[in-house]
Amino acid sequence: MTSPSTHRRDSVALGAAVGLVAITFGVLASTAGLSLAKAMAMSMLVFTGASQFAAVGVISSGGSPVSAVGGALLLAARNSLYGMRLSERLARQGWKRIPGAQFVIDETTAMSVAQDNEEAATEAFWWTGIALFTFWNLGTLVGVLVGDAIGDPEVYGLDAAFPASFVALLGPHLSTAPGRVAGLVGASIAIVAVPFTPAGAPILLAALAIIPALLMPIAVEMTDPTGTPVEGRP
Amino acid sequence: MSWTAILVLAAGAYGFKLAGVLVGTRIEHPLLRRSVSLIPPALFCALIALQTFEKDTTLVLDARVVGLGVALIATWRKVPFIGVIVLAMAATAAARAMG
Repeated sequence: MTSPSTHRRDSVALGAAVGLVAITFGVLASTAGLSLAKAMAMSMLVFTGASQFAAVGVISSGGSPVSAVGGALLLAARNSLYGMRLSERLARQGWKRIPGAQFVIDETTAMSVAQDNEEAATEAFWWTGIALFTFWNLGTLVGVLVGDAIGDPEVYGLDAAFPASFVALLGPHLSTAPGRVAGLVGASIAIVAVPFTPAGAPILLAALAIIPALLMPIAVEMTDPTGTPVEGRP
Repeated sequence: MSWTAILVLAAGAYGFKLAGVLVGTRIEHPLLRRSVSLIPPALFCALIALQTFEKDTTLVLDARVVGLGVALIATWRKVPFIGVIVLAMAATAAARAMG
């Protein structure tokens, strides 16, 4: 589906977009009273965006460190599920899976599983992971140092970058009936759960969508939305 | 936020990631393997929905839905990855500017 140059370029593009989001994180962390060292430690060591935003959000609204860490960990739990999905691929990497595990987040999983062969999937994981880690930390640094000079990032539509990139990477998953059921039910569960559960819980509950999807028959050959036959992926 | 809190969060976040990677290789049953392969579509669609309609744990309808619509059309029209992101950002920004 994609040539190596395509997924390398896409990894860097996604990294750059995420870097802009990291500037927002740097600004918020600084506003919440975190020093440059603490903000950088968050981006290097925690390295999972939603959790970092949640933690500094709780702190800046006067919440306790325990609730900040608890909420952030709830958001980080989904990375375990991504780790399971990527484990076979990473297992072949030997010792590299120990540092590689730090890169197991939404974006690297999406970019990796969107590839149609093992080699590209492994390479896309590392390229996206290294690009995101670099841009995420650079963005955090800029955000803390430059701070308010940037203004409101929502003016530039930055919050649209993340969902749009996932829409663009969804194609291969939705080419199968079980994939479509998992996606539709997952989105529905998350939306319904929002008013009743703390942040982070809706996304974990969405994992239950695999149950109805498993009840779908496995097709050996499927057609994609354009009607072209594609190789079946059980 | 204290150093202790940051380090506990960092250890927990890495622990979740590594646990998944280590446990995943032990999953051999075909039904479980199929379950794991269905996690990305379920979670990614949920993330898209949350990032578009959720704000501070309530549901809202704002400029972000315009960005989502543009991203869907651009993807359907086979616009390259970077183009999808740029178009969605521009559409969201424009919708926001128009109020």
